[in-house]
Amino acid sequence: MSSMIIVDRRSNPKGKSLANRQRFIRRAKEQILRAVNGASSNRRIKDVESGADISIPTGGISEPTFHRSGQGGIRDHVVPGNKEFMEGDTIAKPPGGGGAGRGNEGSPDGGGEDEFRFVLTREEFMDLFMEDLELPDLAKRKLKAADAVLWQRAGYSSSGSPTNLNLVRTMRNSLSRRIALKRPKTEEMLALEAEIAELEAQPGKDPDRLMELRGLLERQVLRSKRIPYIDPIDVRYNRFTPIPKPAAQAVMFCLMDVSGSMTEHMKDLAKRFFMLLYLFLTRRYKQVEVVFIRHTHEAEEVDEDTFFHSTETGGTMVSTALEEMKRIIKERYPVADWNIYGAQASDGDNTTSDGGRTAALLEHDLLPACQYYAYVEVGSDPDSMPAGFATHARETDLWRTYKQITGTETPFVMKKVRHRREIYPVFRELFARDGAKQSEEATP
Amino acid sequence: MTLAPVERLKQPERSKPGEKAPPPDDARLLYTGADWDYDTVKRCHDAIQEIALGELGLDVYPNQIEVITSEQMLDAYASIGMPLLYRHWSFGKHFARDEAMYRRGMRGLAYEIVINSSPCISYIMEENSITMQALVIAHAAFGHNHFFKNNYLFQQWTDAEGILGYLDFAKAYIARCEERYGQQLVERTLDAAHALMNQGIHRYPRRRLDLQSEARREQERQEVQRQLYNDLWRTVPTKKGLKAPSDEERRRALLDLPEENLLYFLEKKAPRLAPWQREVLRIVRHVAQYFSPQRQTKVMNEGCATYVHYRIMTRLHELGRISDGAYMEFLHSHTSVVFQPSFDDPRYSGINPYALGFAMMQDIERIATNPTEEDRAWFPGYAGSGDAMAALRDAWANYRDESFILQYLSPHLMRKMRLFHLHDDSDESVYRVSAIHDERGYRRVRQQLAAQYDFSSLDPDIQITDVDLAGDRRLILEHKVQKGVLLAEEDAKAVLQHVANLWGYDVLLFENDDAGNTLRKLTVPARTILLAE
Repeated sequence: MSSMIIVDRRSNPKGKSLANRQRFIRRAKEQILRAVNGASSNRRIKDVESGADISIPTGGISEPTFHRSGQGGIRDHVVPGNKEFMEGDTIAKPPGGGGAGRGNEGSPDGGGEDEFRFVLTREEFMDLFMEDLELPDLAKRKLKAADAVLWQRAGYSSSGSPTNLNLVRTMRNSLSRRIALKRPKTEEMLALEAEIAELEAQPGKDPDRLMELRGLLERQVLRSKRIPYIDPIDVRYNRFTPIPKPAAQAVMFCLMDVSGSMTEHMKDLAKRFFMLLYLFLTRRYKQVEVVFIRHTHEAEEVDEDTFFHSTETGGTMVSTALEEMKRIIKERYPVADWNIYGAQASDGDNTTSDGGRTAALLEHDLLPACQYYAYVEVGSDPDSMPAGFATHARETDLWRTYKQITGTETPFVMKKVRHRREIYPVFRELFARDGAKQSEEATP
Repeated sequence: MTLAPVERLKQPERSKPGEKAPPPDDARLLYTGADWDYDTVKRCHDAIQEIALGELGLDVYPNQIEVITSEQMLDAYASIGMPLLYRHWSFGKHFARDEAMYRRGMRGLAYEIVINSSPCISYIMEENSITMQALVIAHAAFGHNHFFKNNYLFQQWTDAEGILGYLDFAKAYIARCEERYGQQLVERTLDAAHALMNQGIHRYPRRRLDLQSEARREQERQEVQRQLYNDLWRTVPTKKGLKAPSDEERRRALLDLPEENLLYFLEKKAPRLAPWQREVLRIVRHVAQYFSPQRQTKVMNEGCATYVHYRIMTRLHELGRISDGAYMEFLHSHTSVVFQPSFDDPRYSGINPYALGFAMMQDIERIATNPTEEDRAWFPGYAGSGDAMAALRDAWANYRDESFILQYLSPHLMRKMRLFHLHDDSDESVYRVSAIHDERGYRRVRQQLAAQYDFSSLDPDIQITDVDLAGDRRLILEHKVQKGVLLAEEDAKAVLQHVANLWGYDVLLFENDDAGNTLRKLTVPARTILLAE
């Protein structure tokens, strides 16, 4: 009896409102970008990566309508739940309420919202976060060994393995050959046989005809035997050709001074910088490895936790860390196969006698191997310093050492960061699309 | 857009289906357990249909039930419940907000969305238990469906057969415009049109809408334009020295002023819009018009659907077709839907249309079957008639919220809900209780409540009164201020900016009180961002 129809729409393509969402994000882009930048300077970078709850002012995305204001005039409301009021009773207005309506009346849909809150997905967030950033010098993507090969379809071949047999091609060839050579069709032969059988069933009816038919059938059988249904020359296989796959893998070296002069604040700044770099690299490369090297007057490779959390005491010899990096590159990350990025954070202290050695190591051994090497000098929080004391600090030892290197044609940059809000701008500066030297064949 | 969304039945905090008594061995049960499949849904639908058409005498469009996921439900929400509305960023914004609220658990999802179309499409969510699916089918596929088909407002203003086809056309048309004239320009036109959506509605019938022919009409118009095009017209010299400006009367007659449908006026008369922009305004206007009956019948529509689902589910239980456990689950959802907190309750946020509607429908049933002396005096027409469904069907067909409340709200219900009228004058330091649920107050409370659902309370009364044709072509609007409440200034200015952009010249809005005194004047200069090269 039912005239009802049930339709299952669950398998319909998801995200039907995706186009609307993209339009919305484009529309509110400016505000969202500001919010994203705010989020990245105030929050832990790790949280940032997981997408974000974004709250933006309703400015450009408000949808105004004509509606009555919430103030002034005379209003009448009928409300439920009278307990003790009698006609003529008065109720004191709440102070400051200024005659605003009760409940939600008088403020239509969304009229009272100042902030618009919503969730950006991880992809959207990262897209906005990393917008306009470019990895410098992506040129080196040496081909790795045989395992990095991509098989790609490349037409057909007349030889190959049975699993790659292309049935459609094969049958097409077979058909055209059979037509060209006039191979008798099965239906025709069946019809002949049927006719013969019919004549045989009534002996003596038309012996000549029977004779003729038998001859015809015999010839046809012979012909069909000579012209096979599928001939080896018909067979075609899908052809695959190996395309060497670029080994888009990178290793990132995090170097940090952990001597006593590095405060928690400085380490925090360094960590933020490293995290940003890591996020950035993971977007560009499928596989990113991270090596943590900490140093005092001697350097060692450690795991992440130790790197950021344990403290060491000792002097400061930057060259030891560079030495360690050089050793690790040599041992585990052949320059030919890996895109190598270096990021160093330090408060700038270095033993004066170590300067020459550090500069030489960096300039002659490391920079030629690296795609990019960034040095970030972290300073004390200017806000927490007594007034007049901080700001124009003198150049540090390490800064002076490294300054000789910049300016030349090397993939090396250095920046100073004092406050966490500067991290992101500095990071952007380092990787800004126009600022950095662009390689000809960019994009991974 | 602040359209009344399609009817939704809110989810209560968290109902837990599933834990049920072991299935009784009664063969009459439609289902046991919480899971559903197509057969059970179909069985339930058939059983419900039997009651709805047979016992309640409902008259419905054919039903189409679509199963969707919660994400798709959010999707549907975002575009005001219409499955194939055109693309616009504001729908993306609503989706983002709804999604954020849903994820944070601030808001439950609706169980269903129902579309006023023929066949009547109801969406049900896959996550719901079979009891909830039965409830939704009774509520939407029969309750709302009957209301859509029979209420005079829907009959007058909506075209259930044509709407899906029309939306199809609208979506394709706007996509084509985006291709041809650029997304930005189309977006701006739509922004402006959306801001005026509530002022884009005809309140008094003109002619029967026929949405199916809309697409054809647009094509024909283009064809005629193409045929009539003659380049020679461009070379005809224009008349020197125009006639003296006609008097105000003539001008207003010429322009059909005053006009309260701003979108209609701009579509027809705005001098600088491109033809496609007029068509866009027209599309938005049609969508607004399509939804306008829903805004005017919120209480009735929900009351009707809630009453129907309550009757049907109760009947199913009486007949032994659903188990006690299922009935309890139903009651749990039902009671949270019709919950009405008192005004002093922190949960109070105005009168719940489900609660008021359902209570009124039950009250009508009571008056028809078991009236008191008071009821007989107040409702001589149907009190004690014995046929509750006939009285209800008559009410559902012939009223909208305002007239329905004015006609049917009984003293009994006013006492039960303890309604009272609060008068709030901003010049006084106190609220005044000016009527309560007593002999002296019934009529006044009822009138006031009805007025709350009137046009004039839903939207401010704004009309286009004049155009300064002789001068700077300024468009003049008037807001007839009621009870001294002006427009919210910031939003009003933003909307006026949209009007000015569409009109192409400056716009002036007077806010006048009943005596004609101007309380405030807002002027907005035109920007030319809507003009294509």
